[in-house]
Amino acid sequence: MKPAAFDYAVPRTVAEAVEALGDTGRKTQVLAGGQSLILEMHLQRIRPELVVDINRIAGLDQLGVDGNTLRVGALVRHGVFESAQAVPGPLGALFARAVVNIAHPPIRSRGTMAGSFAWAHPASEWCAIGTALDADIELHDQAGRRTVAAGDYFHGPYRTARRPQELITAVRFPLLGDDVGVGFIEHRRTHFCFAQVAVAAALTVRDGVISEARIGLVNCADRPLRAHAAEQALIGAEAGTPVDGYRLPDGHPFARAGRIAATQDAAPVAEPYADVEYKRQAIAVLVKRTLCQAADDQRSRGAQHSDAQHSGAQRKGDHR
Amino acid sequence: MKITLTVNGTAYPLDVEPRRILADVLREDCRLTGTHLGCEHGVCGACTVLVDGEAVRACLMFAVQCDGSSVRTVEGLAGPEGEPHPLQRAFSAEHALQCGFCTPGFLMVAAGALEADPTIGNDPQRVEALVGSNICRCTGYEPIRRAIMRAAIEQATAAAGDAQGE
Repeated sequence: MKPAAFDYAVPRTVAEAVEALGDTGRKTQVLAGGQSLILEMHLQRIRPELVVDINRIAGLDQLGVDGNTLRVGALVRHGVFESAQAVPGPLGALFARAVVNIAHPPIRSRGTMAGSFAWAHPASEWCAIGTALDADIELHDQAGRRTVAAGDYFHGPYRTARRPQELITAVRFPLLGDDVGVGFIEHRRTHFCFAQVAVAAALTVRDGVISEARIGLVNCADRPLRAHAAEQALIGAEAGTPVDGYRLPDGHPFARAGRIAATQDAAPVAEPYADVEYKRQAIAVLVKRTLCQAADDQRSRGAQHSDAQHSGAQRKGDHR
Repeated sequence: MKITLTVNGTAYPLDVEPRRILADVLREDCRLTGTHLGCEHGVCGACTVLVDGEAVRACLMFAVQCDGSSVRTVEGLAGPEGEPHPLQRAFSAEHALQCGFCTPGFLMVAAGALEADPTIGNDPQRVEALVGSNICRCTGYEPIRRAIMRAAIEQATAAAGDAQGE
């Protein structure tokens, strides 16, 4: 099928865009990357009467750090994050690990992170990372600006706190401190599939004890989740000796956290190739592995630090 | 809506409905049928073209979005005298096409990547990610991967030779 007819607006400023979105009783859609929207329009599951193309609004493509906050403008494409240097510190490393799981290079060169938050697909990598890290979503309408925390933003599949007359102008992430280790692992049927389950983790270990943990679950419910119960179980636990691959001793806190995430935090929805039991099993395994990856990452970062300190090099970008 | 598409260096003043996708406009209005449409879902990549130098799915972009942009299609790969592009030579040398339907998409995704970064031949994983971007129903991925590597290495060697000659 082909998209149904629509009117097309090309605003040059945010004010013009929100005016176009707010002015009528018409069904509107914002076009940023369009890599999900135009597909749905082909299928005519979405038939907007007005498409507001924000691609010519200057400044929305900006990615910048303001104090302890990374601000990702609405037109920042997925592909930007493939370089771990695009974003300072462990947050950049986490984004770089996650982004390669998003579709393919030509899709990543068009699609946007803010678009993922607008779309709110349960299998979106960015949305779960945003939820785990307490990102904020910046929304503009004709009355002004408001900010919604990611934890309050997602209401279900494709359902969010965004009102139809609002435009997402940016997503803001708190930067991660240099002593945080990050991990991201995704499981899917084939290279062309959405995630069946994916897990993001950010772990702080001080003197061998886990002092902070954030776990984001992708496609483990009808919306992105933060695995609060599993995180709580980790705080204060001994991270243990360096892990040999993914084999852990019995009763290791990472394995326990995996079981808790799978049974208490997740509320998996059955899919054709992944029923609820299968997903719970995958969640338990992936949470454990992602925590191992984050612990490894944190150890290698610690090594980098002590190298830098020994050589007298200045530590840059301590964002805590 | 009146727009101007610059395709392979030629300006096409067009009057198109906003709902028409770039691939259809290239094929039907510009009569450039080298760009193929497979799935029209953004999955198969047969319609990949370069817009302002960047590989995009021409089925997931409206032609009106490209007003004033420069578009490059598979017809624009050959040189001014019709001599094949290094990628086209490499595809021929490596037998990297069977039915040929997916070939324009593979050529363009590789051309975009090679132009953006001539060193991709040093990074086989990136070449694999490119090959994994598109679908070849004949499953000819391995020769396609070899062809892209061959073209990348050839270009890098030629560039090194030029640098030495200077």
